[in-house]
Amino acid sequence: MSDGRQVVELTSEFFRFGSSSFTEFVSRVAPDVLPSSRAASAGIADLTPHGTTIVAATFPGGVVVAGDRRATMGNIIAQRDIEKVFAADEFSIIGIAGAAGIAVELVGLFQVELEHYEKIEGAPLSLVGKANRLATMIRLNLGLAMQGLVVVPLFAGWDEASGEGRIFSYDATGGRYEEHAYFSVGSGSVFARGSLKKLYRPDFDLNEAAMAVIQALYDAADDDSATGGPDLTRKIFPVVLAATGDGVQRISDEQTTDLIAELMASRTERPDGPGAPLA
Amino acid sequence: MSMPFYVAPEQQMKDRADYARKGIARGRSVVVLHFADGILFVAENRSQALHKVSEIYDRIAFAAVGRYNEFENLRQLGIRYADLRGYSYDRTDVTGRGLANTYAQILGTIFSSGGDKPYEVEIVVAELGAEPGLDQIYRLTYDGSVADEANFAVMGGSADVIAEVVSRGFSLGLNLADAAQLAVQALSSDGGPNAAPRVLGVEALEVAVLDRNRAMPRKFRRIKGDRLASLLADGPEPPGDNGGEERRQKSAT
Repeated sequence: MSDGRQVVELTSEFFRFGSSSFTEFVSRVAPDVLPSSRAASAGIADLTPHGTTIVAATFPGGVVVAGDRRATMGNIIAQRDIEKVFAADEFSIIGIAGAAGIAVELVGLFQVELEHYEKIEGAPLSLVGKANRLATMIRLNLGLAMQGLVVVPLFAGWDEASGEGRIFSYDATGGRYEEHAYFSVGSGSVFARGSLKKLYRPDFDLNEAAMAVIQALYDAADDDSATGGPDLTRKIFPVVLAATGDGVQRISDEQTTDLIAELMASRTERPDGPGAPLA
Repeated sequence: MSMPFYVAPEQQMKDRADYARKGIARGRSVVVLHFADGILFVAENRSQALHKVSEIYDRIAFAAVGRYNEFENLRQLGIRYADLRGYSYDRTDVTGRGLANTYAQILGTIFSSGGDKPYEVEIVVAELGAEPGLDQIYRLTYDGSVADEANFAVMGGSADVIAEVVSRGFSLGLNLADAAQLAVQALSSDGGPNAAPRVLGVEALEVAVLDRNRAMPRKFRRIKGDRLASLLADGPEPPGDNGGEERRQKSAT
């Protein structure tokens, strides 16, 4: 299926296909455009850059997700302004760590999957439905994960039914786990989670939650070489998205710049960041 | 064994066309028209679940009259076609023209093939262009012919009478409320100029727009409930157009 006409050749599947899933549909009519169609062989893990740390935290009005901007290939910084956090649809956010080539494609597929379902059915999936759908798609990637092309997403969103922000994490086999309060994935996640453990408070507002995840990313970058810190000279700062009852919004560049300025000022005073009381 | 009767091809096509037309004429109508900020769809439809108007892609929407299962088939096919194309290439590579062509091929093939019965449907594929002058309304009939409509399109039973009313009131650059009121007035006058217009309430209407001013890439939105009532009562549309509010309405129904 190399030429364009064949990709959209109208087979009987277009008429009679019974599922609302885009992935299932495409796997019948044009399987070669799916991320999972790659031939898996040992050693291909070194051929794509690696995306690193994603952090999420809930607050009473929703949930924020932030990602640093670095992609690495071994000891090389492959890209310093990569974006790894995206709106999956109007009420949910997906952040990805792992093999960047596949991860970015997977996000694109997931976005179409959600939109496709909504258009065919005339109503959106529930938040848990979306999280489960993502688990299925990660499972399809297992063959590649075994060869080292692991993709680890972090999924978060506003749950219309329960009126709260929720976070879901995944393992490479497609296992789905609901996380409470905050979570982090990727190479710097250990440090980010440790940082959030001390910084997190359940009564955050949006701005405080955004500051907490940016602080956590700073701590991750402090101790993990694959996580990028704020690039002050080029003004490349973490991408922060928030999902609330009004939908997904990206925290504006001006707001992020202000938060980073505030963070840098306090870190100049105390490089290890805000301290927590001992008891 | 009996010999089949000879039927002249002209007669055969005429019979099929009559059959399709009769099926379409039984249904209520849909009006699609340009307005200042995009394209407006107004359908007479008492069902909240079975839509006659639907989103296909970012800037493309679909409206249909006739047999529900047949145009629903075409609608889903259009969404699959558009999503696959957009995913394989790029979102900007999905065009209304391409989709209209695809539908024309399908309807034409079904109409002229001997075996299947023709589809009893008429559809509109409308696309929002980059600027107002480039908006397109394609109207496709049961036999696969495509018309590029200049200002508005009317489909369904009594389409001629309704189109007459729309053409009298239409001008370029109508605002949303005026365009919606014109469409509803036209739909309710389907008894002809000598009959009293019927009363069409909010519950009998399905209204949607492709709205150029919508901030998101997906420009399609439905207008219903209080929002629609105030639009038809000449009030301004209540503020706060965002996906969130619509989504809440959707999940509440």
